[in-house]
Amino acid sequence: MNKRMTLKVLAGFVLVLGTGAALAADPIRIGSVLSVTGPAAFLGDPELKTLQMVVERINKSGGVLGRQLELVHYDDATDAAKANGFGKRLIESDKVDILVGGTTTGSTMSMVPLAEKAGIPFVSLAGGVPIIEPVKKWVFKTPHTDRMAAEKVFEDMKKKGISKVGLLSETSGFGASGKKETEAVAGKYGITLVANETYGPKDSDMTAQLTKIKGAPGIQALFVFGLGQGPAIVTKNVAQLGITLPHYESHGVASDEFLKLAGKASEGVRMPSPALLVADKLAASDPIKKVVVAYAKDYKDRYKDDASTFGGYAHDGLMLAVDAIKRAGTTDKEKVREALEATKGFAATTGVYSMSATDHMGLDLSAFRMLEAKNGDWVFAK
Amino acid sequence: MLSEFLQFLFSGVTVGATYALAALGFTLIYNASHVINFAQGEFIMLGGMLTVAGVSAGLPLPVAIALAIAAAAVVGMLVVRFAIQPAKGADVVSLIIITIGVSLVVRGLTQISLGKGTHSFPAFSGSEPLHVLGATLLPQSLWVLGVTAAVVALLGWFFSRTLTGKAILATAYNRLAAQLVGISTNKVLFLSFALSAALGALGGVLVTPITMTSADVGIMLGLKGFVAAVLGGLGNGLGAVVGGLLVGVAEAMAAGYISSAYKDAVPFVMILFLLFFLPRGLFGARVTERV
Repeated sequence: MNKRMTLKVLAGFVLVLGTGAALAADPIRIGSVLSVTGPAAFLGDPELKTLQMVVERINKSGGVLGRQLELVHYDDATDAAKANGFGKRLIESDKVDILVGGTTTGSTMSMVPLAEKAGIPFVSLAGGVPIIEPVKKWVFKTPHTDRMAAEKVFEDMKKKGISKVGLLSETSGFGASGKKETEAVAGKYGITLVANETYGPKDSDMTAQLTKIKGAPGIQALFVFGLGQGPAIVTKNVAQLGITLPHYESHGVASDEFLKLAGKASEGVRMPSPALLVADKLAASDPIKKVVVAYAKDYKDRYKDDASTFGGYAHDGLMLAVDAIKRAGTTDKEKVREALEATKGFAATTGVYSMSATDHMGLDLSAFRMLEAKNGDWVFAK
Repeated sequence: MLSEFLQFLFSGVTVGATYALAALGFTLIYNASHVINFAQGEFIMLGGMLTVAGVSAGLPLPVAIALAIAAAAVVGMLVVRFAIQPAKGADVVSLIIITIGVSLVVRGLTQISLGKGTHSFPAFSGSEPLHVLGATLLPQSLWVLGVTAAVVALLGWFFSRTLTGKAILATAYNRLAAQLVGISTNKVLFLSFALSAALGALGGVLVTPITMTSADVGIMLGLKGFVAAVLGGLGNGLGAVVGGLLVGVAEAMAAGYISSAYKDAVPFVMILFLLFFLPRGLFGARVTERV
């Protein structure tokens, strides 16, 4: 008997043994391409850990629609071309029911045409505006956009009567997109960018750029748009140069690591952040308090490491997908897509999601909290 | 105006000194084997990351530093034993490609064992900036500059006054002749890798309080260090230092006076022009090839 025959016979047995039981045990397959290694590893690593943790938790409590979840994941090593290849594999040979992933905007955009063509719901974990603008039928995303971060910062500046701002952005994808969006929305808030400088993501000294910004005529505040270690070095350089301008950062530094790296120099830095960073300080009446605190605790218990806001995006993406499948009552792709689009008032770690046919992210500015660094900790800014 | 210029200069010199230390490592190995060791950046990374690991394991800073440098030297020798020697007889280009592979392995292992996060430890003499004519300079920058100067002086003495140093130079000049006069060229290879790994690690330790460190800092430092080494004329210690400082200062001036957007292009444009007009670098030997 050759192999194929054996398989056929086995399949026959399974069918005979009880069609109902076999179907019920058939897992819901969740496909994910994440940047677990490479430059975006600090995003992809907590994302994968979060997905694995949440899938385990759901399976322990009986799964979804009586079926277990199965996570099929690949690491694109922060390479958009690889993400495309893995996306194809997930759709064509792994036959997943839904895609949750795409750590960077580049990886996501390389998989968007695949999801659109195959007609498979895709919840991205990346921040870029192009993912949801123009709206794509099958594509959703969980993090706020960089435009919202800029808007939140400008809102705060406006309240303080600041109108002349020096922008220092990173030349990475995150910073470049942030720079573009910042320039685009500045006018709406009556803000003029009196200086506009950049630095490389691996640069080790930004005092030259800061000296230039410091000398810009009429400057009232500094806004830095970057990710990871760069902003921490900028913050140290600001202290070194004795610059006392109000200092704003983007949500790219929303971590305790930033405070540790920048040390005392971080005092007074303000930034828009998801609530996760201040989970324990949220008001008890906050609609997302319960979810955030539970996620932060689970993550810490499981991995002995603080949960990051990036892992939070993955948590929200998966929970949105699970919620949609539950409401659809099936894994039929079109029905799940419709359910995702109809998500209303869904409390997750990043904020309360309410999607619509024209909004595939479903967050507003209130999902960002303005925080300030005080004595080595993040507190709500006044 | 003067204070601005000084600030740009300090910024350039600080960054340049880190490039110089990387360039020195390239120079050492190039001298001994004519191999351009693209894993040099990883030795720098190892210095910083291993010190961080030592400190977080509870060791006092000086002990952690010493251990990190020693460990990097051992890694350098392991590289020779398991990557360079098995390819004995391969041409230089193959060896260079092997070093790229080595750098990927070292970086990957570090990411797995020590994590992917960014770390730092406190500066040696505080982080209160020094004020000079309206510009500011961190005390740690002086440490970097001072140690770089000391290392250059020591290396100069080592190569011109000690038998071992001369053996390395002889091997570089003519491998066969060196073997014939009784120099173990094998030992020289081990020694030069260990030395340049230790040197790179020392540089990594010194710059970490300023630049911070993570498993992937080696890529950029290695690349800029290579530019600096070529600029100074490969194989020349003093040239490496001058090249490093030049690249750093040119970057800072470009960021300050033109636009930070062009900053990273500056060293590469510099090297293009240099290769056109002075193909052996600023301090390279002026050799005329006989036809």
